[in-house]
Amino acid sequence: MTRALAQHFGVLRAVLRRMFASKLAGFLNILVIGIALSLPAGMYLLLQNAQGLVAQLSGTPQISLFLEMDAKADDIDRLQKQLAQHPAVAGVDFVARAQALEQLKQSTGLSDLISGLEQNPLPDAFVVHPKPGDAQSLDALRGELAKLPRVSEAQLDSAWAYKLEALLKFGRMGVLILASLLSLALIAVTFNTIRLQILTQHDEIEVTKLIGATDGFIRRPFLYFGATQGLLGGIMAWLIVNASLLLLNHQLGALAQLYASQFTLHPLSIGDSLSLLLFSIYLGWIGAWLSVARHLSQIEPR
Amino acid sequence: MIAFNQVHKRYPGGYEALKNVSFDIAEGEMVFLTGHSGAGKSTLLKLIAAIERPNSGSVLVNNQNIGALKGGALPYLRRNLGIIFQDHKLLFDRNVFDNVLLPLQICGFDHRESGKRVRAALDKVGLLKREKSNPIALSGGEQQRLCIARAIVNRPAILLADEPTGNLDAAYAQEIMAIFSSFHQVGATLLISTHDESVLQDSGVRRLTLKEGVLQ
Repeated sequence: MTRALAQHFGVLRAVLRRMFASKLAGFLNILVIGIALSLPAGMYLLLQNAQGLVAQLSGTPQISLFLEMDAKADDIDRLQKQLAQHPAVAGVDFVARAQALEQLKQSTGLSDLISGLEQNPLPDAFVVHPKPGDAQSLDALRGELAKLPRVSEAQLDSAWAYKLEALLKFGRMGVLILASLLSLALIAVTFNTIRLQILTQHDEIEVTKLIGATDGFIRRPFLYFGATQGLLGGIMAWLIVNASLLLLNHQLGALAQLYASQFTLHPLSIGDSLSLLLFSIYLGWIGAWLSVARHLSQIEPR
Repeated sequence: MIAFNQVHKRYPGGYEALKNVSFDIAEGEMVFLTGHSGAGKSTLLKLIAAIERPNSGSVLVNNQNIGALKGGALPYLRRNLGIIFQDHKLLFDRNVFDNVLLPLQICGFDHRESGKRVRAALDKVGLLKREKSNPIALSGGEQQRLCIARAIVNRPAILLADEPTGNLDAAYAQEIMAIFSSFHQVGATLLISTHDESVLQDSGVRRLTLKEGVLQ
């Protein structure tokens, strides 16, 4: 067991030596892989952040019902009972017009302007908390509530969030396509690197075959090379993404301050980072495996 | 140990390298394979190492039929053979020590144990002091001895040598033949191809002579 392990480590050491025999070439390969991986990873990260923002801002959706200006108290009572009994409604808050004006004064700092008004321009309103549902059922509920007597208008507060959500879905598909294409490119890069290695080590492969090396023994260093190059490329991508994030957050900090907000981009989670590394190892391994399968059998000792 | 039974070998293009060759070599025997160049000596050795396959007839090594051997079993056959190549087939990207270490790495030998074995093999061929050199810095005779060290480090039961004294002067050739004799004495089976009459004269060793692919 330990002997087998030692053998694998020996192969790994030899692989690293070979990878950086030419430091520049080794580094450039890793840089190419890193950049190719960092594009989809970075876009994914931005989407994740946008998603988080949507969830934070929209919270649970609400429907605001604005009543007609001349609604009387018993209209309001009737409406409140009707709403409370509605099967798709979880809760109802009544906001009287005076109360709404007071809130507006406090929250916007427009008190001077508002106290200058001759009469309260705001209507009475209900804030309806619907039971959880998808965008369509919420929209249907909004339409139904809008038709109730004495209701002049119904607004679904989170409608924009649903639109953004749809947009994010579109973005995620874009990332998926980009990631697939770049993955193929990475496999091709590794394929070619390994092909060149097999060509330059033609003699060694021939001799080892002649003195009894199994195909597994011959294949192993190339597979390890592909996987190690993938891993280092993945680490490079991770560094690129997180360094870019630091730069962006620096600028974003200044921007967010202007809007009196604390918004910052979150880095890749540990799970996502591990996925990135595992995926890049896997791609390198695949590229190497394809290349070895294709080229090794062509070398037969004479 | 090695048995040929009515072996034919025809290369693509129609050239008949071996015609109806049959012979037996017993375990622990030392045999010279002689004949002019082009007589089929190298082909015969390649058949034993399964580098080439016979067109008809059977080649048995260690009671295994080489012609019927599956690809996956090949490496294990070759580990029982020590092959000394005419063109040495040394690797110039590593030093003398690592060249000899290669067969042990392939078999997965323990690190410390293999170091001892490599030095013992290098000592036997008189190259212990050159273990750090690159093979390219060695003379022709030294490269030949390095090739021998690599062939014996794994202690194979059978040694095959293709023109081991090919382009060496007489003194070197004698030295190398002395090394082979010492392996014979410890029980290895040897098949040595040569057209060098000087090494053949004195010995009472059995000879197989090929002429245009036919065993004489």
